Amino acid sequence: MKELIQRSRKSFTVVQSIEADVPENVWIKCPSCRELIYHKQLAERMKVCRCGYHMRLTAREWLALLDEGSFVEYDAHLRPTDPLGFVSPKETYIDKLREAQRRTGLTDAVVSGIGSIEGRRLVIAVCDFEFIGGSMGSVFGEKMARAAERAAALGIPLLTINTSGGARMQEGVIALMQLAKVNIALTRLAAARQPHIAVMVDPCYGGVTASYASVADIIIAEPGANIGFAGRRVIEQTIRQKLPADFQTAEFMLQHGMVDMVVPRSELHSTLAKLLRLYAPEGRAAAHKSEPIATALASV
Amino acid sequence: MTQTLTPWDKVQLARHMQRPRTLDYIRGLCEDFVELHGDRRFGDDAAIVGGVATFEGRTVVLVGHQKGRDARENMRRNFGMPHPEGYRKALRLFQHAEKFGFPVICFIDTPGANPNRESEERGQANAIAENILTMAGLKTPIIACVIGEGGSGGALAIGVADRILMLEHAIYSVASPEAAASIIWRDAAKAPDAARAMRITAQDLLELGIIDEIVPEPSGGAHADPTTMVATLGDAIRRHLNQLLAFDIETLLQRRYERYRAIGQYEEDASGILHTVN
Ligand SMILES: [Zn+2]
Repeated sequence: MKELIQRSRKSFTVVQSIEADVPENVWIKCPSCRELIYHKQLAERMKVCRCGYHMRLTAREWLALLDEGSFVEYDAHLRPTDPLGFVSPKETYIDKLREAQRRTGLTDAVVSGIGSIEGRRLVIAVCDFEFIGGSMGSVFGEKMARAAERAAALGIPLLTINTSGGARMQEGVIALMQLAKVNIALTRLAAARQPHIAVMVDPCYGGVTASYASVADIIIAEPGANIGFAGRRVIEQTIRQKLPADFQTAEFMLQHGMVDMVVPRSELHSTLAKLLRLYAPEGRAAAHKSEPIATALASV
Repeated sequence: MTQTLTPWDKVQLARHMQRPRTLDYIRGLCEDFVELHGDRRFGDDAAIVGGVATFEGRTVVLVGHQKGRDARENMRRNFGMPHPEGYRKALRLFQHAEKFGFPVICFIDTPGANPNRESEERGQANAIAENILTMAGLKTPIIACVIGEGGSGGALAIGVADRILMLEHAIYSVASPEAAASIIWRDAAKAPDAARAMRITAQDLLELGIIDEIVPEPSGGAHADPTTMVATLGDAIRRHLNQLLAFDIETLLQRRYERYRAIGQYEEDASGILHTVN
């Protein structure tokens, strides 16, 4: 398993490059079993190889979970700035942002909006690991907080798909405070009695797991995903020991009671659909019907 | 002296072995301190201390990271780096405060949450996340004081508050300067550069709108005159607590919501006009 994870990291860019503008007849090599797969076939399977290996998806690719044509993007006009005037050795933070924006076609590491699954509306927010490691800065925090407030105001569930290396260092303590910002927004969703379903995919660390993702009502992890607070390398350096291969995998998290279930990507849509049915208004006692919570700060 | 200190100098002062610790403030400012132990789930973490005491004639709940004064105590206290059970003890005390209507006073002084195997197995991320969420909606006033090192999520886990005070030479950061240097500069020796770039000093945080007040330290730093330091911080806590006690709970929570909701800087709208919110 460890070897598998390490191999997947090395071939990360190869795997990701099938996203857009790929010429026809491109074959992708699975980082796990090394078999060649035709890119169209791989896209149909949401990038899961026949061997069961789950490749990383971009934020936009994850939107395939929603009913076709149902997605409306919100807050796409939020753009990052350089609040600290961050002085770094090579490129400036602004250069780093521009480069990531050019490469991913995104403004920052989260895509959010409203869509539906089997006709049930929900607010969805998806991280993109390709954008500076899915790191959590002001725009990330603001989009997540607005997503929670919007779900509360509309009285519909919140679905987050999470992958992140942690807080964005270049925004310093402002990035750290985004953990508090998103969690405080989630208190509105709780008051509206709407569920937050968090899907943790590889890799999911730091600021994201230490805030909204770990306090979701339901936590789903993808098979083999690396999930934790501190990274494996940091821990190994601290304790001066090698960690076991299954350390911080989704299965490890399930075993230690940190996630509700490990669900293969091929079953994710049906699992989400079932959950949305179970938490829908018709399934609830009158006293627990959800009520939209007006929030002055949310732009619905 | 203050004018000439670099951010890296402040890192050294914030980490000074003789700097007053949480228990020094609690014992210096409160009467009848009763320390409460354990998270009722796994164990008792000596890296976080807490309990009830009288402050200015009123019962308060106190929670803080506790570093050691020497090598032996630092081993026992794990250098003030909590395991999940430390955060869960704090959580229990926050809920205790809400139940009995006691204000909460927190003292932040940690390099960060402990990064080890056991912490991950027992849910370090979950423990921190639960605390942040609970403090966000806790129905009692909260004052957080950064007295030394504010190390990332491990600090924020007892740091969501209505007022945040910071000692003049304390630091508060998303990552330690050493960690940031090894990630961004790919050289841990560049920590002084990272300390400057990340803007981690009390003066930076006041300017960024994250904290409410800088509490002046005695000449030479808090360790040079602990008695004066404890008294000065006590005066500031008293002043802010009296202001917070004047609010009804609903107003307090609304203000707390707006405070955190507004932190961040981004551009909004297609024309790219800069909106600074913080
Ligand atoms: Zn394969």
